[in-house]
Amino acid sequence: MYRTALRNVLAHKGRLLMTMLAVLLGTAFVAGTMVFSDSVGQAFKNSQSASFDNISVQVHNSAAGSETKASDNNSSALPLTDATVKRIAALPGTQSARGTVTGFAGLSDPQGNLIGGRGNTQGSNWVAGPDGRDSSYPMVQGAGPTDSHQIAVDQRTAQKNGFKVGDTVRLAVDGPVEQMTVTGIFTTVDPQVKAGGSLVLFDTATAQHFYLKPGQFTTIQAVARPGTSQQQLLDQVLPVIPHSGNITAKTGVQLSADSLAQVEAATSGMRTALLAFAGIALFVGIFLISNTFTMLIAQRTRELALMRAIGASRRQITNSVLLEALFVGVFASLGGLLAGIGIGAGLKALFGSGGDLPSGGLVLSATTVVATLVTGVVVTVVAALLPSIRASRVAPVAAMRSNDQPATQKSLVVRNSIGAAFFGTGLAAVLYGAHLGGSDGRLPVGAGAGLILIGAFVLTPLLSRPLIALVGPLFARLYGVSGKLAKQNALRNPRRTAATASALTIGLTLISALTVIGASVTDAVTKEVTSGMTADYAISMTLGDPISPTLLPGIKGTAGVTAASVLDAQYVKADGRELSVSGFDAASFSQLAAPAMVGGSADAIRQGALLVSEDTAASHHWTVGGSTRFTYPDGSTGTVRIGGIYKKNDLFGPVMMGESVLAPHTTAPYYQTVLVKGAGGATPALEQALKDSTGRNPLVDVQSQKQMVKDFSSQISLLLNVMYGLLGMAVLIAVLGVVNTLAMSVFERKREIGMLRAIGLERRGVKRMVRLESVVIAAFGAVLGVAIGGFLAWAAVQLLKSSLAGLTTSFPVGQLAAYVLAAALVGLGAALWPARRAARLDILDSIKTD
Amino acid sequence: MTTTLLTAAARAVGLSKVYGEGDTRVTALDQVSVEFVQGQFTAIMGPSGSGKSTLMHCMAGLDSVTSGSATIGDTELGGLKDKQLTKLRRDQIGFVFQAFNLLPTLTALENITLPMDIAGRKPDQAWLDQVVATVGLSDRLGHRPSQLSGGQQQRVACARALASRPAIIFADEPTGNLDSRSGAEILGFLRNSVRELGQTVVMVTHDPVAASYADRVVFLADGRIVDEMYGPTADSVLDRMRRFDAKGRTS
Repeated sequence: MYRTALRNVLAHKGRLLMTMLAVLLGTAFVAGTMVFSDSVGQAFKNSQSASFDNISVQVHNSAAGSETKASDNNSSALPLTDATVKRIAALPGTQSARGTVTGFAGLSDPQGNLIGGRGNTQGSNWVAGPDGRDSSYPMVQGAGPTDSHQIAVDQRTAQKNGFKVGDTVRLAVDGPVEQMTVTGIFTTVDPQVKAGGSLVLFDTATAQHFYLKPGQFTTIQAVARPGTSQQQLLDQVLPVIPHSGNITAKTGVQLSADSLAQVEAATSGMRTALLAFAGIALFVGIFLISNTFTMLIAQRTRELALMRAIGASRRQITNSVLLEALFVGVFASLGGLLAGIGIGAGLKALFGSGGDLPSGGLVLSATTVVATLVTGVVVTVVAALLPSIRASRVAPVAAMRSNDQPATQKSLVVRNSIGAAFFGTGLAAVLYGAHLGGSDGRLPVGAGAGLILIGAFVLTPLLSRPLIALVGPLFARLYGVSGKLAKQNALRNPRRTAATASALTIGLTLISALTVIGASVTDAVTKEVTSGMTADYAISMTLGDPISPTLLPGIKGTAGVTAASVLDAQYVKADGRELSVSGFDAASFSQLAAPAMVGGSADAIRQGALLVSEDTAASHHWTVGGSTRFTYPDGSTGTVRIGGIYKKNDLFGPVMMGESVLAPHTTAPYYQTVLVKGAGGATPALEQALKDSTGRNPLVDVQSQKQMVKDFSSQISLLLNVMYGLLGMAVLIAVLGVVNTLAMSVFERKREIGMLRAIGLERRGVKRMVRLESVVIAAFGAVLGVAIGGFLAWAAVQLLKSSLAGLTTSFPVGQLAAYVLAAALVGLGAALWPARRAARLDILDSIKTD
Repeated sequence: MTTTLLTAAARAVGLSKVYGEGDTRVTALDQVSVEFVQGQFTAIMGPSGSGKSTLMHCMAGLDSVTSGSATIGDTELGGLKDKQLTKLRRDQIGFVFQAFNLLPTLTALENITLPMDIAGRKPDQAWLDQVVATVGLSDRLGHRPSQLSGGQQQRVACARALASRPAIIFADEPTGNLDSRSGAEILGFLRNSVRELGQTVVMVTHDPVAASYADRVVFLADGRIVDEMYGPTADSVLDRMRRFDAKGRTS
């Protein structure tokens, strides 16, 4: 049996090639993902561990720097102060203690753009020791900053941007741009800098001025005296630090364990996401493998029957087929492992070249090797399981039958009933879930989607008949007999056609679902931005920080500005619940915003009344004309009237009120956005003027409506493109499946093709016949995928509706049609080689009777 | 010779076919010259390996010739490209093979009109009706090959060969896979198509009974035409064949 299996693999290596390739691609994806994420994880770990080497105990204030944030208006938060540093420094176990202040620093490159992406340019303080140096930041050139207009820059950032000691650079934190002189360039083991971020250093007072209050620190790092353990020092530190929820103290060992866990979590998230896509690719591969074995067995019916006739048991037949699959799986997985290592190395080089990854070697763990091999082998063997059982059912008498006996098609009744049950249940579940909406609907929709997919795969043979029959007349008219035969060929073995098409269906379902959801969300956001906002520009800070009140007069005074209003985001308590409130300049409200009112009037805001969104009103049982009691951020209370109710719009939040009513009761303003209306609408001149009036601060974002929409849709399309790319592997495997099915079909229909050639079909006609069959199968799979994907996207949109106002399903018909067209073209491409083979068949060789 | 007075539907002159090279060189046809006259039913006979199938393949444009010429009507096959040969087969030649060679996906009628479909021509309805009636398939036209008996399938194949009114029909062991009754039906049908419809038929067979339906039998041995016979009977053909065997044994 072992020998027969091996012989069979060798005899059919041509036909098993596509199967091997499919397994190879799938496993390469798995191995590549694991190698890449392991390597990246290791590199991050290496860079992290060094940074905690000279910290024994670190005390951290998690509330530092966020005092101004409305949501954290927590009066119980205690600061870390100079006094705390001194107390820690005075402990018997402490050798040295330093207070550190950190925050975001918007450093501008020579062209005026923000350096680095969001959030990876940090600012910190330079603390000179008794020797005039800061051991954390050894200076390569120059000296540390000593006044409020000096900074030091890390070496790589300096090199990249050509900063030299003595240069003047532009920098902003939360207010206007400051001109700073570079006094030094330093190196550091800071993991963030190693991972590609930038770091600037201020003198401590300046850092405190920017980020905290004078005399306060974000963290305090203490180094233990020789002989004092980290734990002993921690025990000494704990009693002398403020006792509050926002203050934590940890040893260096704990810190590095924490950061390792963080790295682990981050890389495992990425790994899981990538493996999910690898899983999809492998799942598609199962269809291809299963189809190949089914076809091989159909072709070998007589041989298998002969083996049964001369005494092989059913089990032996099954085992011999599974053994074949095992050979294929092992070889292909080994290939996949090698290819995966290559992919991992390639990815690392690709991402590493941008300096965004810490450097480090390639990591090939035992887990990767085992997981890849096991996955490949299991997938192949599982896929071959059904065909192998079918092989064992071949009756011994089949050996005596002539080859011309048409294979009796087993009835599809049982299959269709099962499929209909799955599909029906799934459909019902999805509809029910979509009806429920929100998070309640998530489970039924998710489970229903799975059932629909399974049901659709089971039903594909049934669906193939009417759908493919549709193109029949068209093909016959356009391509004559080739078209007619192609249609018939696609229909003659519905199971095979279905299995081939299903592989494409999976990819297309996911791709079109993503497309529809993406388009719907983009649409909703566009509608929201364009319908509710009549302002021409929205000014905000990168990273979601609030706009400094110091910028406000400049904006209002800019030439060409006819109206401007802040949007002050505050939290109040109403009916015992936290509620987010936006303070608007009531006088200019009507010029800047036009919420769709469902009750009352938007003008009521001028009379000091509230405008509330529909769902907020409903949940608080507020009606126009009624009133409610607010507990304001400063603790005072007041009664406010409900003046109007508007349709939910994320731009405005749940409640809007006059800033003149709100502001007196807040501890600090939190200007999320400033809306601006220009005399001549949105013009480049006004945009430039606004940028100038905010001091050309690299952190200030001046966006027109158009830019806001574009910004958002480009984010969505970037995300979509990444996912399309990852799904591409699944589609590629599906294409291999089409090639394989066609090649084997051509082989099986050799005599027919020979006969057609003999009675006068040209080579071109034969080629066209095979190509059209492929196009039909591919387009069928795509149509099915787009239909299912579209439906599932509709259901998903119903779920998302509650969290995104104004979301409705929008079908980008052109794009979806393009997918079907692309699939048809892919089908054409997949048929090139099989069609060529078919056309090249020698007539006499094909029609001879064996 | 009386045959030269009649028009030849197909003709071979000095036709040779050699397979392989050197040690594996096999001469399948050796300077064969033969004519197949219009409106005649010719059987080609000979022992296995005598070259009778090769002769038919070369005459029908399915195989290339090594030397000599083969013509269908006035067309010399030697100079034709694959495309032209295909067109010639489609328009001038009908085929009936041993294994029925129908397309399983098409109905009987669709199989019959397939050559015309390929050519993109409309079949001549009156002629088609006549052909279908002659082969006795009128009530089976909507059936697929798998729903027809072997004899019926072969009758469909015959109707397909006739339907486009080819200049000549080549039949390769058309009764080889049939029982004697179905075989007799097919042979009777081929003879009728010659007598009543004026068709030209060339049939390769090794069965003396089948050959007895023909007007003329051409005998091949070792790639050469060794004899011919007009108005054959099963006995006379069998007799002639026995002499081959005897000769084969003595030589």
